[in-house]
Amino acid sequence: MKTWVYIDHLKGQVLPSSWEALGVAKSFGSASALIFGENVQELANAAFEFGADEVLLVDDPKLGDYRAEPYATCLSNLAKNESPEAIFLPTTTRGREIAAMAAIDLKTGVMVDVIAIDLQGDRLVVTRPIYAGKLLTKETCSTTPAIVTLRGRAFPKPTPQPGKTGSVKKSSLSLDPAEIKSEVKGYSKGEGGVSLIDAGIIVSGGRGVSNNPNLTPPAELDEKQAEIWRAQQGFELVVNLASVLGAAVGASRAAVDAGYIPYAHQVGQTGKVVSPDLYIANGISGAIQHMAGMRTSKVIVAINKDPDAPIFKIARYGVVGDLFQILPALTNAFKERLGK
Amino acid sequence: MKIVACIKQVPDSAAKVVFEDGRVSWGDAPLVINPWDEYSVEAALQAKETHGGTVTVISLGGENDKEAIKHALAMGADDAILISDPALRGLDTQSIARVLATAIQKVGEVDLAFFGRQAIDSDSGVTASQTARVLGWPALTLAAVVSVEGNSINVERSIEEGRQSVSANLPAVVSLVKDFGEPRYPSFMGIRKAARAEVPTWSLSDLGMEAPASVISWPEVMNPPSREVVCEMITGDSPEAIASTLVEKILSEKVI
Repeated sequence: MKTWVYIDHLKGQVLPSSWEALGVAKSFGSASALIFGENVQELANAAFEFGADEVLLVDDPKLGDYRAEPYATCLSNLAKNESPEAIFLPTTTRGREIAAMAAIDLKTGVMVDVIAIDLQGDRLVVTRPIYAGKLLTKETCSTTPAIVTLRGRAFPKPTPQPGKTGSVKKSSLSLDPAEIKSEVKGYSKGEGGVSLIDAGIIVSGGRGVSNNPNLTPPAELDEKQAEIWRAQQGFELVVNLASVLGAAVGASRAAVDAGYIPYAHQVGQTGKVVSPDLYIANGISGAIQHMAGMRTSKVIVAINKDPDAPIFKIARYGVVGDLFQILPALTNAFKERLGK
Repeated sequence: MKIVACIKQVPDSAAKVVFEDGRVSWGDAPLVINPWDEYSVEAALQAKETHGGTVTVISLGGENDKEAIKHALAMGADDAILISDPALRGLDTQSIARVLATAIQKVGEVDLAFFGRQAIDSDSGVTASQTARVLGWPALTLAAVVSVEGNSINVERSIEEGRQSVSANLPAVVSLVKDFGEPRYPSFMGIRKAARAEVPTWSLSDLGMEAPASVISWPEVMNPPSREVVCEMITGDSPEAIASTLVEKILSEKVI
């Protein structure tokens, strides 16, 4: 099967799920990696090391600032000439929209956020979660190319083969600048830290982190401000454990809605759906909408003062107790044990 | 300014959804406006409040699927259109985008079409991009901040690396993320107005089109494998003792 993989990057910084997608493409035969951008030829080396047989490179100043429209056009034009049978992209912000637009251009289907994939005859049959993973559906596409975006961490990252090379095929971008309908004015950096989607370990906090009775908020705060102040102290404990473990920080919708922590941290049906190796839930009771977003984590640990909290039903290890005492103790214990 | 908000009706996010007797069931959970689409309606209303004009809500669904539309009207949308046709059952995303694009063209002279980031049932998150592509309009997706000035729009997109500030000329498609700000609650007057509103239904022939051919099929829907875990409760005489036992248990799982 002739497969293509879109390598997702911003200004040369590749998102790691691109390499996972490359591993999937390789399992169906020869894989060509698509690298679009300005001065991005260097990325070809990494693509070869992660298993690409060939790199299709479009290096053009018009692609220096990412916009979906020219990138999708680039992909569609190449696909019209070369007729790949399947195009894989990581399910990232950019991967999802490039896939969506190219499917319109190529009059084909797009299958999004896929977690498993099979070849039946000459057709790909994929499995993807719907209703935030409350159900799974199989999907297949009757036209080619099948365009598939793959969920991060659902597939293994290939082991790099240092020094492996291959051929780079350069194409030029045939695009009327007038077709680029938007202009990038600038960027601002996020908070940094480990991204939830790519994280192997996530430490999360819920409403419970605001309930520390032993804290006295500054007198000038009103009731709501005092609650948020308490919650921020509570989240500091979550962040401390996360930094010892090199983990990302998550939160329940209740915690985000109450203003304790920015939305970027929300895990659940209306937040991010995650699947880390280890998920430590602190003061999270386990609303359906939260559990839908993390129930496929490999090992779940729950710390909650309520022994009947639903989160314990999906947890491997549970602690019923005061998280304001247990969390700092856990952080110290990990620090010692991991020699940090 | 002519503004459209595209919305979908879905089972409430708290619903327990299962596959039984050959169909998807959400028990007695209510059908509601897709939570992401409340942001779409909110952004549309804010654009109207700043620049004047009208907000038209477009929804595609069964002929009785009017709960989401009523909610949007109660929030303050001026009017609504339900696109409903037996031939629309089981359409894939690219077909839905072609239908929505045709409806937006039929509304005519639309400057801005707002979408939520994804529907919480199908979880595809591609409709805004695909509809924009069919229309030939720029797609400014995952916007956290939106400002419209004259004939141009500027948004701050929420991306993995932070924010990307992008501008484009109208008409444009915009999809919203939660950082945009809390959608308003329907007002009492709004709810009364919505209850009385006549919502026209457009069929495919009203849109002057045949059902677009779907290329995606769904051979099987499944309940996810149940999570066979027995929760081992960790106890101890002190937080330190509990922590120390828990650390050893976690390390024995080889996930760190």
